[in-house]
Amino acid sequence: MGRPEKRLIDRRLGIFLAGLFLLTVAVPVGNLWMAGQPVPTYLVALIGKYLCYALLAVALDLVWGYCGILSLGHGAFFALGGYAMGMYLMREIGARGVYANPVLPDFMVFIGWKELPWYWYGFDLFPFALLMVLLVPGVLAFVFGWFAFRSRVTGVYLSIITQAMTYALLLAFFRNDMGFGGNNGLTDFKDILGFDLARPATKVGLMMLSAVALAGGLILARWVTTSRLGKVLVCVRDAESRTRFLGYRVEHYKLFIFTLSAMMAGVAGALYVPQVGIINPSEFSPANSIEIVIWVALGGRGTLVGAALGAILVAAAKTILTGALPEAWLYALGALFILVTIALPTGVLGALEGGIARLKRPAPAQEVEA
Amino acid sequence: MKAFLRMVLVLLALAEATAAGAADFATLVAALPAGGYADRAKVVRELGLSGDGRALKVLTALAGDDLKVMADGAVVIVYEKTGAAVGAVDGTDKGTPAADSLQRIKLNNAVRRALRTATGMLTLRDPDPAKRLSAARDALRAADPEQIEALDAALAAETDPAVKTVLAEAKAAAVLKSGEASEADQLAAVTLLAQRGDEAAQAALAPVVNAKDPAVAAAVKKALADIAEARKLWGLAQNVWYGLSLGSVLLLAAVGLAITFGVMGVINMAHGELVMLGAYTTFVVQQVIRADAPGLFGWSLAIAAPLAFLVAGGVGVAIERGIVRHLYGRPLETLLATWGVSLMLQQAVRSIFGPDNRDVGNPSWMSGAFHLGQMQVTWNRLWILVFAFAVFTVLLIVLKRTAIGLQMRAVTQNRAMAANMGIRTGRVDALTFGLGSGIAGLAGVALSQIDNVSPNLGQGYIVDSFMVVVFGGAGNIWGTLAGAFTLGIANKFLEPFAGAVLGKILILVGIILFIQKRPRGLFAVKGRAVEA
Repeated sequence: MGRPEKRLIDRRLGIFLAGLFLLTVAVPVGNLWMAGQPVPTYLVALIGKYLCYALLAVALDLVWGYCGILSLGHGAFFALGGYAMGMYLMREIGARGVYANPVLPDFMVFIGWKELPWYWYGFDLFPFALLMVLLVPGVLAFVFGWFAFRSRVTGVYLSIITQAMTYALLLAFFRNDMGFGGNNGLTDFKDILGFDLARPATKVGLMMLSAVALAGGLILARWVTTSRLGKVLVCVRDAESRTRFLGYRVEHYKLFIFTLSAMMAGVAGALYVPQVGIINPSEFSPANSIEIVIWVALGGRGTLVGAALGAILVAAAKTILTGALPEAWLYALGALFILVTIALPTGVLGALEGGIARLKRPAPAQEVEA
Repeated sequence: MKAFLRMVLVLLALAEATAAGAADFATLVAALPAGGYADRAKVVRELGLSGDGRALKVLTALAGDDLKVMADGAVVIVYEKTGAAVGAVDGTDKGTPAADSLQRIKLNNAVRRALRTATGMLTLRDPDPAKRLSAARDALRAADPEQIEALDAALAAETDPAVKTVLAEAKAAAVLKSGEASEADQLAAVTLLAQRGDEAAQAALAPVVNAKDPAVAAAVKKALADIAEARKLWGLAQNVWYGLSLGSVLLLAAVGLAITFGVMGVINMAHGELVMLGAYTTFVVQQVIRADAPGLFGWSLAIAAPLAFLVAGGVGVAIERGIVRHLYGRPLETLLATWGVSLMLQQAVRSIFGPDNRDVGNPSWMSGAFHLGQMQVTWNRLWILVFAFAVFTVLLIVLKRTAIGLQMRAVTQNRAMAANMGIRTGRVDALTFGLGSGIAGLAGVALSQIDNVSPNLGQGYIVDSFMVVVFGGAGNIWGTLAGAFTLGIANKFLEPFAGAVLGKILILVGIILFIQKRPRGLFAVKGRAVEA
């Protein structure tokens, strides 16, 4: 688990950020300016998508790895951020939709609505949409967490009710009456802030933005976890009752980190939607949220960088496997869950760093794990 | 009542006389093509009143546009497939006339209505009691004063008591509608319908609430109020029944989980897939029976149940020995690993049986429904309720009255001490997990009767069953029982107001809030074990 280190940007994070920087330089150059286009445009969108997943994984690692809150509902915060951005993109279509209604999105015209519901007001303004990307998941997490942590719902029970939360949202968003496009969700986006979403340059821009967001998310998470507050969080993870008896208001710390994490997940969702071009209720499905957990577990829980790596590895494996051997993907994912939990409790990063440490010190290297 | 019957008999005698005096069958049939729609409707009505056995065939042919007029004016029934024609009155062979030589007998809505009533009256005399019953119900719905005579005739001829009751009620409805009978007759009719007390009676009484006779009007008003009250109660009972039925399904799905999660503290996310395995076992058993021993089909579920228990239980033991054993004390990791198992099981079933729904048949004793008062009860739901209780009872006995049950509880309460007493804790763990999993398999057998058997079957139940266990309080299977039925009934009572999906959302939100209030469930385990 996370070994305490004082520097904000330790070696692990430094290497990762450098890699990320190289990627954000190499991809645009390869896609836009090099002859023969060694980086095809679809790959740009794909990388952008993985980076959003990585940010989501970092958000989950923040609560699970550092505070011991296993949220099985983080997909919900991601999807809510995505819907907030999707609503802006829907409004941005304006009169270019199939029904050419300047105010109402196509699906509302289709189900016979005459007026824009109140909760769609303001989403034509980009800053407002951005605010909602942060606020909607944040407020939900705050309210949910406030109830849950105050009454000391912990461990498995908390996991199950977070799963119930995302399941309830899944059912809710499937309803046409909700005014979020029901089953089909929000799609057919045209442009963002006037930039055509179909253009490669826009895709490259969004991918770079995702990389910046991931870097920012990592640094923020690192800053929080290395702060004094971060140390209390680890205490809560390892001995909740003892921390409480020492006089800390455990629920306040939990609430803070849960809300922060939900907002990060919302940002990831908001970046994800313009790159994949659709947001629908299936993002709320409990299975999706559990998949996030496996990213973190595979990469290494409580390492932040490991979570991001895990997300990218699993998502890439999914893309490759579902393309090549669609039957095999669920077997592979299932096996991954089992193997990682039994054989790799510290994740890939933990195993890797453990291996390197052993190589350096061949003497009886007893790692003191937190 | 007796007086009424006597009166009916008198009326019947009168009706016989009218029927005898009616125009004869052949004349009526010959008159069908003549005149306008109004005349045709009148002839149809008279044919219906005639009670002649041959009339039904003619009228059915007319309704189906198979009754034609030949060039020589003879009315014939033409068989659609062969084009052969037979005389409508006597059934003589008329050869195969050219289609364009035949003239259609046109219908409009008034004639069609008359046709329906007339065929209804004729079916009232059908030899099959079931057909007579349904015709009598139609007559009750129609409440047509012009049918009174026909109903009287049918009543006199009727021998089946059930049909007779409905006929009398139909007549009562018709009498009230006409408003011409004496006050005593009308009052008797109201009483009769009030006794029936269902939707049909309500429909028959509602239009005459403003009857001319004030005494009748008052009686109708009171009868309607009584019926509305009774129907509300029956509606409530029906809702409770639906709730119990849903509760029994939840109980079956969750009771296995109550063992693995509640007793052992292991989060088994593959529980739903074990249910699915049970359902697929039923499918395989039925396939084998269909192919090799069709006579055994009625027993297919009884054969499938123990097999499903063994299959799911076996897989459960394998999961415990292979995976869960390594993760005791790390509940969150167990959750993830068993989720992995669930993905693999789903994909395995998808690879073997395909992604589509598989057809699992209902044995005859599981299909159909019966009426209990005004409640409709389907047999499969009733048997599932019985099955759920049986499984629950057996489980309770195993846990509380057998040696292995004692060992299970001992290991759960204090593993180290149980081991010191010579209990092989590893074996007990495997058996407990196997028991919980086997019960999931049994649930699968039951669910195969009411749900789609597909690789996703388990996914639909996993959230629900966790809710039930958490709501009831882990570690207490009585809590699971209470939780399952509370949630089932609450769900069904919310549905009419909120709709199925919103109702479910409300329940989920309700549980989330409930857990805040009682983080350890409805029936929490208290004491030192809680923090462990």
